[in-house]
Amino acid sequence: MTRYILRQMLSLILSLVVASLVIFAMIEVIPGDPASFMLGLNARPETIAALRDQMGLNDPLPLRYLHWLGGMLTGDFGTSYTYKVPVADLIADRIVVSLPLALYALVLAMAVAVPVGLLAAVRRGRVPDLATMGVAQVGVALPNFWFAMLLVLVLAVRLRWFPAGGFPGWSDPAAALKALTLPAIALALPQAAILARVLRSALIETLDQDYIRTARAKGLSRSQTILRHAFRNALIPTLTILGMQFSFLLAGAIIIENVFYLPGLGRLTFQAITQRDLIVVESVVMLLVFAVIAVTFLVDLTYALADPRLRRQG
Amino acid sequence: MRVSLTLGLLLAGMALALALVSAIWTPHDIQAMALADKLNPPSPKHWLGTDQFGRDILSMLMVGARTTIAVALVAVGIGMAFGVPLGLWAAAVSGSGLDQAIMRGNDLIFAFPSLVIAILITAVFGPSAINAILAIGIFNIPVFARVTRAGALPLWTLDYVRAARIAGKGAARISLEHLLPNLMNLLIVQGTIQFSLGILAEAGLSYVGLGAQPPTPSWGRMLAEAQTLFAIAPHVAIFPGLAIVLTVLGLNLAGDGLRDALDPRLRRAR
Repeated sequence: MTRYILRQMLSLILSLVVASLVIFAMIEVIPGDPASFMLGLNARPETIAALRDQMGLNDPLPLRYLHWLGGMLTGDFGTSYTYKVPVADLIADRIVVSLPLALYALVLAMAVAVPVGLLAAVRRGRVPDLATMGVAQVGVALPNFWFAMLLVLVLAVRLRWFPAGGFPGWSDPAAALKALTLPAIALALPQAAILARVLRSALIETLDQDYIRTARAKGLSRSQTILRHAFRNALIPTLTILGMQFSFLLAGAIIIENVFYLPGLGRLTFQAITQRDLIVVESVVMLLVFAVIAVTFLVDLTYALADPRLRRQG
Repeated sequence: MRVSLTLGLLLAGMALALALVSAIWTPHDIQAMALADKLNPPSPKHWLGTDQFGRDILSMLMVGARTTIAVALVAVGIGMAFGVPLGLWAAAVSGSGLDQAIMRGNDLIFAFPSLVIAILITAVFGPSAINAILAIGIFNIPVFARVTRAGALPLWTLDYVRAARIAGKGAARISLEHLLPNLMNLLIVQGTIQFSLGILAEAGLSYVGLGAQPPTPSWGRMLAEAQTLFAIAPHVAIFPGLAIVLTVLGLNLAGDGLRDALDPRLRRAR
């Protein structure tokens, strides 16, 4: 097991290094000089040169890469070109919106997908199965931002149950959760559809196994068999998909935040892109990539814990 | 499962037909603005209503279909053009360091949140339909490489492949002449799935302003423009969204149906 973890750790670190190289290289390609951008059009060449020096833009590339990387490891993401505040502060301000949103959506997706997937698998081939899987087909095909617009149209504009956009801050948790509810539903539904389908087919596969027949033969009831034996085994593939979905949720949150005017990481990134505030773009993207790679790593580990066969292979 | 294949092909075919027809005919000219007719609800004259400039939404949808479908289709092409040879290559040298390197590289691309990187690419090279194609296409490469490798590996142990080897054919020729034709089913099914994902991705990128640029209409851009209007004129948002849902749904159904039709072994599992 230790060897397996070490191997996975090594590939985690390798992935992160390559990812950081790619991101750094891409940002380097962007035309335009941040120093002259910060100082405006009328800046004197000497001032720009001095600022370039101060920002370390004159250092050789490898040194700048190491500097950027080292800074991030110590929590120093640099200073935003436009906001003139530490990028770490900007990110900290916005992540309290984006992260809860993604987690909220994840919980909603699970809450819908688990019962639906169970029901569909148990009633395989009959009306509940066909109906829920039909809905799931449509759910997978829905662009989440369009679904978000429909939600706003019906639940916010017409019925006025929820705010149509904006975020009041966490000082009033109830209002904050209310503001995040529609975005979370919009994010969760397509993911719930995928999850329900995966859980259903995983369950159907496990229900055909011999040990299920054994469990029934030794006298366990049908529901006991399903919950104790089939469901637990079917959760393993579902968990993998769930881990992959985390990255979809994070990326999806970026788009959904635009629909609801939520001040999260997504809005920050888009503003930074239009304002050419590259250090912010660079840091947010690296952070998202880190989150995704780390979650994948954790899922792999859980997977290995749940399924001893994998450990031996590693 | 025949039903899903027919329905799927019908829906996807309809979107394709609309896109093709728009090249020679649209109900109204989408260049012509008629501000007197702006934001009209659906009527006999404008079946799906008009947008904020008085343009016919059905005509916009038809022309927009061209952009959206072209982006997704070319992105699938990029994925296949690079992914399939990589997958074949990895399978031919399976177990070697090269195979490992190719597959680890794939895992790496997989690990990136695709939309985030698409955003980065378009941020770096500027928003345009071409860059959207590249951004989506790059993420299709590892998908096709994996599917191809997984499909090709078992074929290498078959007798006729061994015979071809003994006859003196090289790995490249065997891959091309014997393996590739056998992988076609697999690739068509995966291509359909990636096509539908590409349409969703294009819509998302255009929606946030990183895809097709004005005046090129695309389904995602129509939704982006509807963003500030849909509360007063819901039809400007509803129809482009429906077009996306129906096309993606059609492609997914067709993909599922094709997989069942082409691979009878899977039928039992559903």
